[in-house]
Amino acid sequence: MIDRRSLIKYSGAAIAALGTGMTSPSLRAFAATAALPFDNGERPLVKYPQKRPMISLTSRPPQLETPFSVFNANVITPNDAFFVRYHLADVPLNIDPDAFSVRIQGKVDKPMKLSLADIKKMPAVDIVAVNQCSGNSRGFFNPRVAGGQLGNGAMGNARWRGVPLKVVLDRAGVQPGARQVTFNGMDGPVTDKTPDFVKALDIDHARDGEVMLAYSMNGADLPVLNGFPLRLVVPGYYGTYWVKHLNEITVIDNVFDGFWMKTAYRIPDNDCNCVEPGTAPKATIPINRFKVRSFITSVADGAKLKAGAQTTLKGIAFDGGKGIKDVAVSTDGGKTWAQASLGKDLGKYSFREWQMRVRLAAGAHELKVRATSNGGETQPMEPLWNGAGYLRNVVETVRVRAA
Amino acid sequence: MKLSTLALTLTSLAGLIIGICGSGPSEADAKPVSYKLPNQTATFKPGPNMEVVRNNCTSCHSVDYVQTQPRGPKFKEVFWRAEVTKMIKVYGAPIDDADVGKIVDYLTQTY
Repeated sequence: MIDRRSLIKYSGAAIAALGTGMTSPSLRAFAATAALPFDNGERPLVKYPQKRPMISLTSRPPQLETPFSVFNANVITPNDAFFVRYHLADVPLNIDPDAFSVRIQGKVDKPMKLSLADIKKMPAVDIVAVNQCSGNSRGFFNPRVAGGQLGNGAMGNARWRGVPLKVVLDRAGVQPGARQVTFNGMDGPVTDKTPDFVKALDIDHARDGEVMLAYSMNGADLPVLNGFPLRLVVPGYYGTYWVKHLNEITVIDNVFDGFWMKTAYRIPDNDCNCVEPGTAPKATIPINRFKVRSFITSVADGAKLKAGAQTTLKGIAFDGGKGIKDVAVSTDGGKTWAQASLGKDLGKYSFREWQMRVRLAAGAHELKVRATSNGGETQPMEPLWNGAGYLRNVVETVRVRAA
Repeated sequence: MKLSTLALTLTSLAGLIIGICGSGPSEADAKPVSYKLPNQTATFKPGPNMEVVRNNCTSCHSVDYVQTQPRGPKFKEVFWRAEVTKMIKVYGAPIDDADVGKIVDYLTQTY
């Protein structure tokens, strides 16, 4: 059986390097690969500036996945381990924060340009929030679908600091009739025939006081590959909306029809946002809030445990913003379930840690974890399917053997 | 040491030497950043018209976009033709009509 987590093969130096957060250069440090547990899942581990060795999906533009063990070690994902996802290859590599500004324009009374210093002078707010790729875990879809073949590492949880978008919009004075706000960043396509990456939120969502222009992540400047010097944070929403290197905010009086809203990042418009595998939906809507998910982080698939000994299982759960109500764990493949105890509440948009003590008799065991949100939403026992490979949130299974 | 390993290693080392500014606390003024991406390491597998594929595809994206796609009988000619068509129609890739068939053939036979 293949390990469901990434099997990471290192040279000795790489193990040392990973353990120390890459403080010392080593010639042999990065000759490592990861094997995501689906066909054609071999990936190089690549070291980028400001990042520890990450699972590389693509190099131009960069798409980097977090090694799964990071989620067991930290409820807050370190900046140097946070996943990276670009769409277009003209990535801004030379950024002068003193020269940077974000323009607020369109249906506003006072169009304006705010420098980074202007924004940092406004009253700051903090929020702990998960960011997750729409296509996180796409590689596990069955039948397989086209797109970035990600394992479970295109997610992360950080403390974001910045200014509510509402404050900025109020200062500019949104005009009557405004319907949406669009967001564009410094990154762009290499040919002007390719649609620029622009996203939109409804005006009420944009003014909910939680959507944020963030300049800080876990107490430090944003890493370049996570959107330095300013990015949009849309708590509870899939990462496609979290526009990086944000420098253009436009209030519009219609529904934005750009490619990345109208055609891409769409999900089936029905209760499960799913279709029969291999079929197409009748109608679609833009992807929006996270589906509730949970993971066991302390035990990898295929692990050997000591029979009869007390073992503490632990992991994380999150949802689209109601917060986690409970986490249930099964050690018998889903026949019986017990409540896990929840860890510290860092806010309704954060990873919520959970843990449970178990004793396993000798033999094979299927461990499962299922979270329920405060909104009553829970995870399906069987995976739901859509052709774009979004929204995966099936109850995860870890197979272990006790002896 | 394999050549590919060496390339990866040298690239990584370069990243460390060049280093990066601007990672200090946010409340202080952020410093200008000059960021260096590691070199690409994935290369196209040998196959018919590989040059045509390389010339057309890699101006916009790296080879790993191709090589990490699912494999198997359902990911052959129909799949790759749809991908190439998407690149042209959706992303505006300037691919000559005469090259489309060559690219689809190469991808179908090689991946």
